[in-house]
Amino acid sequence: MSLDALSPSNEPLALRPRPEPTSALAAVVTLGWRAMLKIKHVPFQLFDVTITPIMFTLLFTYMFGGALAGSPEVYIQFLLPGILVQTILFITVYTGVGVCTDIQKGLFDRFKSLPMWQPAPILGALAGDLFRYSVASMIIIVLGLILGFRPAAGIVGVLLAFGLVLVFSFAISWIWIIFSMKVKTPESVMTTSFVFLMPLTFASNIFVEISTMPSWIQAAVRHNPVTHLTNASRGLMHGTPVTADILWVLVAAGVIVGVCAPVAMRMYHRER
Amino acid sequence: MTQAIETVGLVKAFGQTRALDELNLSIRGGSVYGLLGPNGAGKTTAIRVLSTLLKPTSGRALVLGLDVAAEPDAVRRRVSLTGQYASVDEDLTGHENLVLISRLLGMSWGEARQRATELLAAFALSDAAGRQVRTYSGGMRRRIDIAASLVTRPELLFLDEPTTGLDPRSRNQVWDLVRQIAATGTTVLLTTQYLEEADRLAERMAVIDHGKVIAEGTSRELKASIGGNALRFQLASPAQHAEAEALVRRVLGDDALAPSDPSAISVKVADAAGAAELLGALAQANIPIENFSLGAPSLDDVFFALTGKPPEKEGAPAAGALAASGAGAASRAAASKGAANEVAS
Repeated sequence: MSLDALSPSNEPLALRPRPEPTSALAAVVTLGWRAMLKIKHVPFQLFDVTITPIMFTLLFTYMFGGALAGSPEVYIQFLLPGILVQTILFITVYTGVGVCTDIQKGLFDRFKSLPMWQPAPILGALAGDLFRYSVASMIIIVLGLILGFRPAAGIVGVLLAFGLVLVFSFAISWIWIIFSMKVKTPESVMTTSFVFLMPLTFASNIFVEISTMPSWIQAAVRHNPVTHLTNASRGLMHGTPVTADILWVLVAAGVIVGVCAPVAMRMYHRER
Repeated sequence: MTQAIETVGLVKAFGQTRALDELNLSIRGGSVYGLLGPNGAGKTTAIRVLSTLLKPTSGRALVLGLDVAAEPDAVRRRVSLTGQYASVDEDLTGHENLVLISRLLGMSWGEARQRATELLAAFALSDAAGRQVRTYSGGMRRRIDIAASLVTRPELLFLDEPTTGLDPRSRNQVWDLVRQIAATGTTVLLTTQYLEEADRLAERMAVIDHGKVIAEGTSRELKASIGGNALRFQLASPAQHAEAEALVRRVLGDDALAPSDPSAISVKVADAAGAAELLGALAQANIPIENFSLGAPSLDDVFFALTGKPPEKEGAPAAGALAASGAGAASRAAASKGAANEVAS
């Protein structure tokens, strides 16, 4: 191998004016492109997050559907809008895992040393995740349709529900991003996040009606944000909108972003 | 002319620890400058402050005439950083990584793709352009990492331990690269624990320890600063090491001994007569030696004289020179033995 190509007069190394720094939007789009490339090169990370919800859907529908709702066909009408919520909430963890990996690998050091809009790497990661959420949602909904899910509000209702889940997931991601800057390894981001996500998703009305639960737990479940999101998702898909829940989700998302995004950005700027 | 880097009383504290403790540097533009020091001396912290990743606790740091604390964005536009770990995305291909950086620096997609292809060719990575960086060898990673810093050629390039963990061949390639980059007019500030590296590449260097500059100058000046000549020899039988050291102390005094590994001894001698006397005494005491050299002190000797400790060594101690670290230490130890003789001359 020879590096003769690198003679001083050689074009690639000649001093060239640096282009004008990229715009904030272009930087975010470029970093979103990077997130998509990662999915292309490591498709397993997508498989990883969709296999669990597929399994849950199949298991719950056929194992418990009869007991919980009389028949699997009836149960899936109830379950699917909730499984969508759970699926996407689980995937949000990967935002934190990705950010943590980038920090550990020194990649963020390079990004921070570039003359670009500094929040771009984080927002780019979030933009890439939108794609991941969309793919996972498609898989779940198609699976649901095959199993007999028939949303009364049709495609529009499903899209609205998806949009709302997306808004909430975007908000939740900021919490994991904060975790990712606090802990040392991507594995511990994953563990820490699931410590919160597991109770949140299971102590909700994703799988069963609240009325079937012991009364002391009903109060907690009723106040679980995931319950509100699941109610809203169900309402939108089946054409019985629950305005209060939708508003609750939007406000909660706004509050989470309002508090966590500035904290995360401050931590990002803080030195390591 | 403005200095490329000028720091005055630069302090960076992490809690109670002062990683930089009144660091004063003045580095002329257009050269390769070495920051030399043991692990934890503050080299990386210095680079991180100068490349705007860390804010100074106190003191002033000017990079290309710009205050890093006051105008970090302006500094970032004119410098590039290649950190200690290959800071490229391992999941992406070499080409994609360079497109990414080119785009983030403001190029259009078309320009970015063209620039990536051009740089890959210049760094002899064209064949690996479409492969994920995780499949690259250590040397290839280092090259793609340096290439990423040259997407637009910076006026000042920071290289943090550019050859740590590389095999001798890759290390030589990186050295060639650094020389060529410097020849195009970019100022290079590199940190290293390897004395040989500083000796080979840097016109001037600062030895830093505990966050302070303890010596500064050309390698010749540094060697001259400790004075005298160095006599180095290897013992035919390492078992006689203690005996030989005792003899050196008796003949030339306590402070003549420089640090060395078990099979070699390095001695400071004032003149040829002193050397002859010692060699005679060794022969008389029946301590056979295998090969010996007389020359100016090596940077190792300088380092020891300044810091009171031998330079960083990991794994098996290699005779008198740059130690190897990371994978392939054994092969490098062998190579650095050869290199040591060269450095000493």
